[in-house]
Amino acid sequence: MISAPAFLSNPERFMAFSRWAAPLFGATAVLLAVTGLWLGFTAPEDYQQGDTVRIMFIHVPAAWLSMFAYICLGIASFLSLVFRHALADAAAKSAAPLGAGFTALALVTGSLWGRPMWGTWWVWDARLTSVLVLFLFYLAYMALRSALDDEAKAARACAILALVGLVNLPVVHWSVNWWNSLHQGVTVFAKGGPKMAPVFLVPLLLMVLAYMAAFGALWLVRIRGEVWRRRADAALSRLART
Amino acid sequence: MLDLEFGKYEGFIWAAYGISALVFVLLTVASLRFSAHWKRQAEQLKAQEDARS
Repeated sequence: MISAPAFLSNPERFMAFSRWAAPLFGATAVLLAVTGLWLGFTAPEDYQQGDTVRIMFIHVPAAWLSMFAYICLGIASFLSLVFRHALADAAAKSAAPLGAGFTALALVTGSLWGRPMWGTWWVWDARLTSVLVLFLFYLAYMALRSALDDEAKAARACAILALVGLVNLPVVHWSVNWWNSLHQGVTVFAKGGPKMAPVFLVPLLLMVLAYMAAFGALWLVRIRGEVWRRRADAALSRLART
Repeated sequence: MLDLEFGKYEGFIWAAYGISALVFVLLTVASLRFSAHWKRQAEQLKAQEDARS
């Protein structure tokens, strides 16, 4: 019996798996998003926030995915650093631009929600600042990656940077508890259950699942591209030698 | 009931959804193009290798 990580660490098996898994995740994302958006747009206005509550259905999933993508980046970086596995490095490299995209979305949609609710586009508050730091970690990872020509050195340096950045994740998550913040506190994972009416909670969770499925699909597609790129590089080297 | 009239918040809500849709389209197109480009390159180089051997 082969464990799931061992199964996926073989590039051939990974390519065979991702060939059908990527479109399946993509289709799942579309179905979940259509259902979540329908329920989100047919939900009543919030008694305090009015219609702006509908921004929550895209802001919260983007914010969660910004952290989830970084966890994936961190795990893949750890595996790449410890086991020097090329596929783990390809997975880490492929997660970074997607994570940066989700983090940018969390910042922009949060700003568009904050302006009518808080009266400001931005405030240097612990939650917002720590998410901005998360975005800068993604940018730094991609910049370092493209600055180093040596693939092995780039993998090692970027893996270390990614692992350092993991320290920021608890700060992002608990910043609203540790410091006074304009941002609202923990709502879905609050002690004693979610502090949100099911009419909002259900579409929100559907959208979170849709974003996760979309991330899964895009991540697999990008890892496949990275595997092809490395195969092309290897073939080019062999051709140059002959 | 579906009601897409958001009154004074309309600009904020549609901007948030529009930017989200745009980012998803860009990420999807960029990922698919990246993968397709390198698949094509790898296959061409493999064919050249096979032709030489």
